[in-house]
Amino acid sequence: MAPVLETIGLVKRFGGITAASDVSLQIEKGARHALIGPNGAGKTTVVNLLTGMLRPSEGQILLDGHDITNSEPHMRVRRGIARTFQINQLFAELTPIEAIGLAVSERMGMGRQWWRLVGRRPEVVEDIIGIIEQFQLADVMYDRTAILPYGKQRLLEIALAIACRPRVLLLDEPAAGVPEAERHEILTTVASLPKDVTVLLIEHDMDLVFSFADRISVLVNGALFADGTPDAVARDARVKAVYLGETFDA
Amino acid sequence: MMSRPLQEGVSRYLVDRARWHPLEIAFWVVALASVFLLSGKHLILTEIVVLALFALSLDLILGYSGIISLGHAAYFGFAGYVAGRLAKHNIITEPVLALIVSGLAAALLGFVTSFLVLRGSDLTRLMVTLGVSLVLREIANQIDWLTGGADGLQGIVMAPVLGLFPFDLAGHVAYVYSLCVLFIMVLLARRIVNSPFGLSLRSVKDNPVRASALGIPVNGRLVAMYTVAAGYAGIAGALLTQTTQFVSLDVLSLERSADVLLALVIGGTGYLYGGIIGAILFKLMQDYLANLTPQYWQFWIGLVLVIIVLVGRERLTNWTTPVRAFLARLGPRAAHPVETAPASTIDER
Repeated sequence: MAPVLETIGLVKRFGGITAASDVSLQIEKGARHALIGPNGAGKTTVVNLLTGMLRPSEGQILLDGHDITNSEPHMRVRRGIARTFQINQLFAELTPIEAIGLAVSERMGMGRQWWRLVGRRPEVVEDIIGIIEQFQLADVMYDRTAILPYGKQRLLEIALAIACRPRVLLLDEPAAGVPEAERHEILTTVASLPKDVTVLLIEHDMDLVFSFADRISVLVNGALFADGTPDAVARDARVKAVYLGETFDA
Repeated sequence: MMSRPLQEGVSRYLVDRARWHPLEIAFWVVALASVFLLSGKHLILTEIVVLALFALSLDLILGYSGIISLGHAAYFGFAGYVAGRLAKHNIITEPVLALIVSGLAAALLGFVTSFLVLRGSDLTRLMVTLGVSLVLREIANQIDWLTGGADGLQGIVMAPVLGLFPFDLAGHVAYVYSLCVLFIMVLLARRIVNSPFGLSLRSVKDNPVRASALGIPVNGRLVAMYTVAAGYAGIAGALLTQTTQFVSLDVLSLERSADVLLALVIGGTGYLYGGIIGAILFKLMQDYLANLTPQYWQFWIGLVLVIIVLVGRERLTNWTTPVRAFLARLGPRAAHPVETAPASTIDER
C-alpha cells in the first residue's frame, strides 16, 4: 500500500545542531503509527517539519505522493494534515464553542465570509455539537478557555485538531501533563478515532504506545534508529539498549 | 445522537453574540436626540464623530486583530487629501460618493503598506507604521502643488449631500451626515467582527501559531483586516475634510495618530464602542481642559493616561473589562444562554 505521508531524507539543522538527520518515514493510510525516542531525539522537530511550522534544510515531504515540502502550514491543514501540540496552543480569550466553531468554519471554507454570523449555518452548529459531545466539553463550553481546568484544555487541544477532520492526525504527547485519573478520558478519545484517519502518535508512555500502535518508529539523536511492528521493535536489542533500557530498567 | 437542548444552546449562544444590547440601542437613541437637543454643539459633536470613526478603525486592527499602530493617520490624512482634491476640482462633487471613493483610496494604500507593516513584532510594527505616516506627511509637505503644503488645501466647496442637503455654517447638516456615516460604519463593523472572518482574526490575535494549525492563512487575514481598517480611517479623514471644507498637513501628523490611540485606550478596545466612548471623553476633556488652562491641557490628558495605565496595569487595552462585565450583568445576555431564554427565541433572527 502506498504511504499517505512520506518523508525522504529529511534534515533540519539549527546552526550547528542537527535536530533531524536523514529521516525517511513512511506512514501508511489508516496506520496507528507511533514515533518514540528519548527526550531531545527530535520527535517534535519532525512534527514541526511535517506541518510546515519549520522548513527542512534538506529532504522532501510527500502527502499522497504530492510534494508539500514548501507549502504553507495552513495549506497543509487544508490538504488534510492536522496536529495537536505537546504544550497546549489554545485561544485563551475564546470559549470552546467559538474555538471549535472557528475550526469548523475554516474547514468548510467559510473563513473569509464577513457578512454572515458564525453560527448561522446548521451544518456548522451540528459539527460543533458533535465535537463538544465527543470530547465531553459541554459543561465548560461557554467558559473562556483560559479558565478551563487543565484536563479540559487538553481535551480541547485534541478536539480542535479533530474539528479540522484530518486524514492524517499528528498527536504530540496528547496525554502530557494530564493526571492519571484524567488520562483515561483522553486515551479513549484517541483510541475511538475513525479507522480511516491515519494517526502519528508521539508519546513517552510505553504502555500507551504498545497498546495503541501497529507500527513504531524509534528516533535517536535526530536519526531514524529502528522501524517496525511493535513486536519487532520490542525485541530489538539495540532499541532496548538505547531507549527502552533507560525507561524500564532504570 | 445529538441532544436537543445542547443544539439550542450552541446556536443561541453563537447568534446572541451579535444581538443588539439594550445599551447599544440606548446609545443610538441618545445620539439621535443630540441632533435636536444639542443643536448649538453640532460643530464639536461632528469633531467627536470623526474621531470616533477614526478610533473605531484603529479598534478593528488593535482590538480585533492585535496589530498596534502609531501611524494610523497615514490613511486618515491620505483620504482627507483625496476628498479635498475630488471636491476642489469638481471630479466628484456629491459628498457621499466622494466619501466612498476616498475610503477606497485609503483602503488601497492600506493594502499596499500592509505588507510592510505586518512583518515582525509589535515594536517593529509600531516603528513601521510611524515611519509610513511620517514619510507620507513629508511627501505631502513637498508636493505643495497638489496638497497646498504647509498652508493646507483651501477653497474647498462642498456640494449638497445627495444633492439635497447643502452644508450650513452652524454645522447641522454636517453633524447629521457624519452621524449617519458613523452609524452605517458601526453596522458594518458589527457584521465583520461577528462573522467567521472576524472570529478568525480574534484567534490570530490570541494565538497565531494555533490559528495557522487550524488552516487559517494568518498573514492573508491580517492583510484583509488592515485594508478594511485603512478604509475606515480613510472615511473618517474624508469626513473631516468634507465637514470642515479644509485639509492641512496635521491630518498626517504623529499627534493625530497618538490622539486616536489615546481615545481608543480611554474607551477600551475590542467591543466596537470603545473608540466612540473614548472619542467623546477625549474631546470633552480636551474642550473643558483647554478652556480651563489653554496652555496646559495636555498635562491633564497625560495625567489621565497615566492613571488609566495604573488602574489597568498591564491590561492597558482591557481596563474597561470590569465595568463592561458589570454592564453586561444588567443586560439580557448575562443570563446563561441555555437555561433562561425561552425556546421560541432561537430562530428569531
